Amino acid sequence: MPPGRVKAVIGPNGAGKTTLFNLVTGFLIPDAGRILSLGAEIQGEPAHATAARGIARTFQLVQLFDHLTVLENVMVGRHRLTRAGMLAGALRLPRARREDAAIRRDAWEALEMVGLAVRAHQPAAALPLGLKRLLEIARALAAQPILLLLDEPASGLDPVETERLGEMILDLKARGVTVLLVEHDMSLTMEVADDIAVLNYGRLIAEGPPRAIQRHPEVIAAYLGTDWQG
Amino acid sequence: MTRLLLNPWLLFAAGVLLVPQAVTNQYYFTLLNIIGIHTILVVGLNLLMGYAGQISLGHAAFFGLGAYTSGILTAAGVVNPWLALLLGLVVSGSAAFLIGIPVLKLRGYYLAMATLGFGVIIFIVLVQGHRFTGGPSGLHGIPSLSLGGFPLDTPFRLYFLVWTCVGLLLAFSANLVDSRVGRALRALHDSETAAQSLAVHTARLKLQIFVLSALYASLAGSLYAHTLNFIAPSSFDIMFSIKLVTMVVVGGMASIWGSLLGAATLTVLPEFLAFFQEFEVVIYGAILMVVMIFLPRGLVRGLMDLWERRHRLTEGGTTPG
Amino acid sequence: MVGDNRRRPPLSCRRRPYLRPGPEGHAITVDNFGPLLQYLVSGLTNGAIYALIALGFGIIYNATTIINFAQGEMVMLGALCAISLYQLYPSLPLAFVGGVALVTVAGLLLERLALRPARDVSPITLIIITVGGAVFIKGLAMSFWGKEAYTLPPFSGSTPLHLGPATMMPQNLWVLGVGALVVALLEAFFRLTLAGKAMRACAYNQRAARLVGIPASRMVQFSFGLSAALGAAGGILIAPLTLGVYDMGTMLGLKGFCAAILGGLGSSLGGVLGGLLLGVAESLASGLISSGYRDAVAFFILLVVLFWRPQGLVGGRG
Repeated sequence: MPPGRVKAVIGPNGAGKTTLFNLVTGFLIPDAGRILSLGAEIQGEPAHATAARGIARTFQLVQLFDHLTVLENVMVGRHRLTRAGMLAGALRLPRARREDAAIRRDAWEALEMVGLAVRAHQPAAALPLGLKRLLEIARALAAQPILLLLDEPASGLDPVETERLGEMILDLKARGVTVLLVEHDMSLTMEVADDIAVLNYGRLIAEGPPRAIQRHPEVIAAYLGTDWQG
Repeated sequence: MTRLLLNPWLLFAAGVLLVPQAVTNQYYFTLLNIIGIHTILVVGLNLLMGYAGQISLGHAAFFGLGAYTSGILTAAGVVNPWLALLLGLVVSGSAAFLIGIPVLKLRGYYLAMATLGFGVIIFIVLVQGHRFTGGPSGLHGIPSLSLGGFPLDTPFRLYFLVWTCVGLLLAFSANLVDSRVGRALRALHDSETAAQSLAVHTARLKLQIFVLSALYASLAGSLYAHTLNFIAPSSFDIMFSIKLVTMVVVGGMASIWGSLLGAATLTVLPEFLAFFQEFEVVIYGAILMVVMIFLPRGLVRGLMDLWERRHRLTEGGTTPG
Repeated sequence: MVGDNRRRPPLSCRRRPYLRPGPEGHAITVDNFGPLLQYLVSGLTNGAIYALIALGFGIIYNATTIINFAQGEMVMLGALCAISLYQLYPSLPLAFVGGVALVTVAGLLLERLALRPARDVSPITLIIITVGGAVFIKGLAMSFWGKEAYTLPPFSGSTPLHLGPATMMPQNLWVLGVGALVVALLEAFFRLTLAGKAMRACAYNQRAARLVGIPASRMVQFSFGLSAALGAAGGILIAPLTLGVYDMGTMLGLKGFCAAILGGLGSSLGGVLGGLLLGVAESLASGLISSGYRDAVAFFILLVVLFWRPQGLVGGRG
C-alpha cells in the first residue's frame, strides 16, 4: 500500500474484513503468511507493539474509555508519543509536568478540530453514537498514526455526520496519513477511496480504482441481492 | 474563597494537625494510627481494584510480609528498623512481581484466585515457621521506630509519622491517577482492547500497579509492626484481605479520598458497635454483596450518583457544559 | 473464605483424624511401599472431593464465564446441613439427600438474589459479589453452628479394610464410589438429556443458544443449583473423614479451583483428572516432605500451571 492513499476494503458480511484488521493490528495471530509494515514484518507482534509502530485503528463497535472524559480519551491517544513513567508522573517531576501539559494542549487541539471541545469534560459514555465515532477517530489520530484503520466508521451516523466523516478522511489523506477503510456505505467509499479491494470469503476477488471495481463482474456477482448502488 | 477552604488537601492537613488538640487519650491515638495504616493499604488496593480493575484477595499477605520482615529483623536486633522496612518492601515487591507475571496475563478471575491462594499460603507459612515467626502465638518485642534519635515510642509520637505517610501516599496516588500512566490505567479498565490499540502495554502496566499496591501494603505492614510492637498471624489472614476489599468498596472504587473514608468507617465502627463485632463476618459479606449489586461504583459515589440523579430530575435536567 | 483463627489452630495444623500413617519423611524403599500406597489411597479420596468441586466450578463457568468464589462454602454447607439433619433424624441416606437439597436451594438463592440483580457485570464486580456471598454464607454458618467441629458417622462403619500393606476406611470407598457415580450421572446428563445438551450449547456459544430458543437465564440458574449440589455431595462424603467446620470451605474451594485449572477450566474430564492428580500430589508431598505445608502444594501447583499451561493439562478449549 502506498503511503498517503485511502484504500477501502469492501465485501459481503463474513468476507474477512474485520479479521484482516485484527490481523494487521496484532489482535489475532495469523496462521500463515506475512504482514509487512514499512518494510518490517509485524505478524505475531502483540497489539500494543503494533500500535507503537504507528498503526492506529477504530472498532466496528465503538470502544471508548467510558469512565474517562472526552478530553482524557484523546489524551490516552497520545500515549504512543509520550514517555513519562509511573514514578515521574506520580512525583510530578518537571519533565512529566511539561509532557502532560503538552498532551493536554494537543488533545485540546484535536478536540477543537473535530468540534468536540465543548464536551471535553463530559464522560465519554454520555456522548451520542455519532459523536462517539468521531471521538474514537480523534483519539486514534492523536497517536499521529502512519496507517489508520477505520472499521465501518459510518455505521450509525446520519447523512450529515457521514459527510463530515468523508471530509475528515480526505483531510487526513492530504496530510499524508494512509487510511485503510472498511465500509458498507458505498457512496462514502466511492467518494474517498483511491483504491478498493473486494474480499469474499477471505479471498481477494478484485482490486483497483473505484470506477473499475463498480463494473467488475465478480464483484457484482458477490454483491447480488445486496443494496449496491455506487 | 470557598474553593480554597474546600480544598481537600488543606482540609486533610488541618484535620491531621487539629485532631491531636482534641484527643488526649493514647488509646485513640492508637486507633488513629491503625486508621492511617488501613488507609495506606486501602489506597494501594484501590489503585489496583478501582483504577486498573484487577483484584487482589490476598493483600493481607503483602501486609504480613512487610510486618514480619520488619518484625523478625528488628526484634532480633539485627537490623536498623528503617533498613528492615526497606527490605520488607523488597520482599513484598518481589513476591508480587513473581506472582503477577503469570497471572496478570490472564483474566481477572485468575488473579483473584491466585492472590487468594497466595494469602492462604503466606498465612500458613507465618503459622508454621515457628522458628522465625513465633508461630500462632505471635512475635513479641518489636522495637519502636525512632527518627534521628527521637524515639517514636508512644502512639501520639507515631501519629505524625503515620499520617505524614498517609498524606504523602494520598498525594502520590492522586497524582498518579491523573498522569499519563494513570490515564492508561483507567483506560485499560474500561477497554483493554482499545488501550492496546493505542500502544498501552497493558500486561506490563497491570504488573506495575500490582507491585506498587503490594509496596503500599508492605509499608503499612512495617508501620503496623512498629506501632503495636507485637504481631500475630491472625492479623494477616484471608478475612483481613476481604476486609480491605470491603473498605475499598465502601469508600468507593476509583476514589482516592473514598479510601480514607472507607478505611476510617470500617476501622471505627467495630470498635464502638458490639453487634458489629459479633456478626462481623456476616456484615462484611452483606456489605460486599449489597454495594456491588446496587452501587457498583462504591457506597459514597453511588449515593452521590443517586442524589445527583434525583437532584437533576427535580431541577429539570440541565447538562453541564 | 474467612479464617478466624484466633481461637483455633488453622486448618493446616489440625490433625486429620484419618490416614496419618507412620512417621513422616520416609525415603522410598521396598519396605515402606505400604505408606506409599497409603498416601495414594488418601490422595485419591481427597482428590475425588476436589474433582466434585472442580466440576462445580466448570459448570458455572461454562454457563456464565463466572468463577463462583462461594463454591467452597457450598461444600461446608453440605457437610454441616447433613450433620444437623442427621442429629434430628439419624438416617444417613435422608441426611445426604436432605443436605444436597438444602444446599441446592442455597445455590439457587445465591444466583437469584446476588448475581441476577447485579447491574454491572464486569469480572471484578462479579468476583466481589461471589466473594461477598462466600463470606456471608460462612458468617451465617459460624453464627448458626458456632466454631466447633462436628462429626458425621461413616456410611458403613469404621472397621478398617486391609489392602495389601495399606489400610483404608470403608468411607474412602464410599467417597470414591459415589464420586465416580456422580461423575457418570453428570456425564450422562450432559450427553443424553435435552437439558444437558442445552447447557453444553450455552457453554459453546451463549448468544447462539439463545437464538435457537434455549432460555439462557434458566440455564444459568440451573448451573448454580447443580454445582451447589455437587459441592454439597462432596462435603457430605468427606465429613465422616475430616469433620464438619464452618471454615472448611475456603481451602476446599481453592483446591477445587486448582483442580479445575489443572484439568482445563470447563472440561469435565479435565476436572476429574485434575482433582485426582492434585489429591495424590498433595498427599505424597505432605507424607514425604512436610505435612505442615500440605496446603501450600495446591497453590504451588496452581501457579506452575498458570505459568506454563494456563489452558490446563488436558488441553481443551484454549
